[in-house]
Amino acid sequence: MPSRKGIVLFDTKGSSNGLANALKKTRQDIVMEIRESGLRGRGGAGFPTGTKWMLAAAAIADRKYVVCNADEGEPGTFKDRVLLDEYTDLVFEGMVIAGYAIGATHGILYLRGEYRYMLAKLEDALRRMRSENRLGERILGSDFSFDITIRLGSGAYVCGEETALIESLEGHRGEARNRPPFPVNTGYLGCPTIVNNVETFANVSVIMAQGVEWYKQYGTDKSRGTKLVSVSGDCERPGVYEIPFGTTVKELLKLVGGENAKAVQIGGASGICVPRADFHRSIAFEDVATGGSVIVFGEHRDMLHVLKNFMEFFVEESCGQCTPCRLGNPVLLDGVEKIGRGECSMNYLQELFDLGASMQIASKCGLGQSSPNPFISILTHFQDEIFSQR
Amino acid sequence: MHTCPTDPHRTPVSNQPHTVRPVPQGEIGSQVHVEINGKPYKAPFGATILEVCREMGIHIPTLCYHKDLCLAGLCRVCVVEIEGMRTLQAACTFPITNPIKILTASEKVRKARRHIVDLLISDHVGECYSCHRNGNCELQSLAKEYGVDSYRFGHRTERRYEIDRSSYSLVRDMDKCILCRRCVRTCIDLQEVGVLEAVNRGDRTKITTFMDKPIAEVICINCGQCINRCPTAALKANDPSDEIWRAIEDPTKHVVIQTAPSPRAAIGEEFGLPPGRSMTRELNTALRLIGFDKVFDTNFSADLTIMEEGTELLLRLKKKLVDGDPTVKLPQFTSCSPGWVKYIEHFYPDYLDHLSTAKSPQQMFGAVIKTFYAQESGIDPKDIVTVALMPCSAKKFECNRPEMNDSGFKDVDYGLTTRELAQMIRETGIHLPEMAPSNFDEPFGEASGAGLIFGATGGVMEAALRTAYEIVTGREVPFKNLDITPCRGFEGVRQASVKLEKVKPEWSFLEGVELRFMIAHGTANAKTVMDALVRGELDDIHFIEIMACPGGCLGGGGQPIPTSQEIRAKRAEAIYAEDASLPIRKSHENPHVQYLYERFLTDGPCGHLSHKLLHTHYTKRGKYIA
Repeated sequence: MPSRKGIVLFDTKGSSNGLANALKKTRQDIVMEIRESGLRGRGGAGFPTGTKWMLAAAAIADRKYVVCNADEGEPGTFKDRVLLDEYTDLVFEGMVIAGYAIGATHGILYLRGEYRYMLAKLEDALRRMRSENRLGERILGSDFSFDITIRLGSGAYVCGEETALIESLEGHRGEARNRPPFPVNTGYLGCPTIVNNVETFANVSVIMAQGVEWYKQYGTDKSRGTKLVSVSGDCERPGVYEIPFGTTVKELLKLVGGENAKAVQIGGASGICVPRADFHRSIAFEDVATGGSVIVFGEHRDMLHVLKNFMEFFVEESCGQCTPCRLGNPVLLDGVEKIGRGECSMNYLQELFDLGASMQIASKCGLGQSSPNPFISILTHFQDEIFSQR
Repeated sequence: MHTCPTDPHRTPVSNQPHTVRPVPQGEIGSQVHVEINGKPYKAPFGATILEVCREMGIHIPTLCYHKDLCLAGLCRVCVVEIEGMRTLQAACTFPITNPIKILTASEKVRKARRHIVDLLISDHVGECYSCHRNGNCELQSLAKEYGVDSYRFGHRTERRYEIDRSSYSLVRDMDKCILCRRCVRTCIDLQEVGVLEAVNRGDRTKITTFMDKPIAEVICINCGQCINRCPTAALKANDPSDEIWRAIEDPTKHVVIQTAPSPRAAIGEEFGLPPGRSMTRELNTALRLIGFDKVFDTNFSADLTIMEEGTELLLRLKKKLVDGDPTVKLPQFTSCSPGWVKYIEHFYPDYLDHLSTAKSPQQMFGAVIKTFYAQESGIDPKDIVTVALMPCSAKKFECNRPEMNDSGFKDVDYGLTTRELAQMIRETGIHLPEMAPSNFDEPFGEASGAGLIFGATGGVMEAALRTAYEIVTGREVPFKNLDITPCRGFEGVRQASVKLEKVKPEWSFLEGVELRFMIAHGTANAKTVMDALVRGELDDIHFIEIMACPGGCLGGGGQPIPTSQEIRAKRAEAIYAEDASLPIRKSHENPHVQYLYERFLTDGPCGHLSHKLLHTHYTKRGKYIA
């Protein structure tokens, strides 16, 4: 494991005075500061966190919820695990700050089933925070009370989608809901709910600790701050890195010792494949967005095999609710297999690209909408290579 | 936003309308200016795109959407483009709250819909010409609408699932299922039975029962509401028509059919007529033409049911009020809906003593045909085959109950649905609406209008009151034209009362008693009533009518597809109009019923013989599946 070169998150020692600072502010000020910081959701979609909070804060309800999405399921992503393991307090304090800002009294950490081994440690952390009055009744002497419970997922990828996550929390089958209404109005148990990624909450703590201006010096205009990326694949130094938004793929590859890559899959299975010719592109919401997954492919990799792997994943992980995703992904996978057997005509490939385009706009949730991404990007960038090998 | 069109209380928690949405007060009930395909429209705030488009006559195809059910937004066939949004939105679930510009048939929209239809067909086993829903299938219609002329993404030919034929009532062919989940929403949300649910993920998703058990082994009440709402051939009733044809062709068999009022009010729909045209007499002619030896009117035994069930109620009242018998249970529930009977057996098994012991009209008639009729006509009951034309899939289960053999034979051999009979008639080349009208056969002849209105929710109660009130007071019920209007309508649970005054001397204990009654239809509403009963809130109620199906029998699981509140209301109109036109409108005035009591059931209603033939008992089933 390489040393975690700190910039924003990794230079803190896991705890900060963000919570104490936040509780001295008014709720409105916190929401405004988070907006001002330009913080965007770190799960990958990049929705402005301050806007989400503002909507939830404006909702009138007896009960509101703060949900931390720790269902880190995107293939190749393992950065939330590091945050939860080593920077636990940053995450939990971020949730408390969110609760204070939107007027919630309950927080839920939705922990992916595979992270069960962390449960005891996380529960310990919560107990410790309660004993230190950073959680529970009248936190740090303020009149704000908030508590956090931990709930375990059961391994469905789709439960990382916020409305499917809420369904799962409610004890239902993990499937995306219709929106509108959005969770900020009608979320967990029908109450206004914000669902944010682990890393987002950690960033909130840091922003409250260091101030908005300090935070804004990192990243780009449209993507403020830093991003944790989990780098895996054909590189010398795989691991979790914190990079400022705007870092190019090339720079990242140099950092991890993957300069010889022929392609990098950014954003996991639902992300896009960046070929060598595009390594000048930068990791940022306005260019190549990622929830954290960066998979490096060396010269020897068979990109069709890579694609097949991704498509098998989507066929397996589609929740089965909406038609484009449930039935479209098997058709795309079948196409990949046809290509492998040399049975796919260019006409049919075009049909499949068209189908992928429809899936991207007609699927019910982000899973189906992004599932054709690797198909389209890999078969666009590596079409000659793939077809010439068959 | 996500309200169930009929009743928000039936909406699952996840889809319940949210009360916390910060809607400015002024916006509720206000109008939003929208642009649809370039033209301006005003839409009610919060209405869905689909609702608004339908109102404006703009066609948007749907598949998982059903007006009776909660919104799902999962088939994606109804997607539309909204200016400024990257993705297409499901018109059925998208509420209009801002001025938006909508395109309902842009290139993206047409391509996406066509893709969805192509995908659904690629996964749909079988061909249209070997399918019982050929010509009445929503997937087939969509394929036509989108010009599908090839299997662009292939076509599944090998079966993945065994057809579940375990039930007397339902057949499930999951290879025809397109996972619209209307059946799931029907079972869980509309009926609150909860037998069907989606399991597994991705392309292994399927609709199934608890632990994949055969449908006969779970707590299915056989109401068949799922069948009525299935867009394809995945669900159907268990069709006995081959056996019925065999009996008709067999010269040694005397095949009689009884026809219930609801199928008669709906079967015209199968022959292209608009809903609400009763085909009673035309059907009599058609049935004789296709080979039935006798055609009887179920309303006869509905009248008989009123005599038995009404007498039972009066006896219960007497035992309770005069004798103070603590074992007598009130309120008394009707027992003519076999879906409701199985529902209470599963969900409220400790309350079976509240059910009237009177059999349903179908079963009473079966028992009478194989005893009294056999005797009168000199035919050996073993050679009689009794068929019951019913609007109902649960009737098939009912006639196969082991306790329904009181004549010494199987009282009713086959329960036949409206759809199945329409198919039998079609096969013979008969166009039903063109048939000359004819009467029912003797010795049961024409029945009363009271028996006829059994088909609509509230009808049994109205019929019972017409008779019970008159028995007790000697006067007709105090309603204009005998139309007991509080019994009518489609409200889920209704309650009313009639005061018994100036009663006959033998009923003096009922003097001044306010006869309180309730009516509920659909088992979700039955649940409301039962929960109130369990809480002890219905102790002052005397009689409760419950029908398992929304709308009563006219909305039964064997009725023509499609169904909707409008269609059910039309069928009810037809039934009430027919009642109003009949010369006899009270069960106790039915001369054939009087004759039966004089000649056969000589110890009268609830007497010894009627107890043997016309009454039954129930089974505590419970809801725990072995």
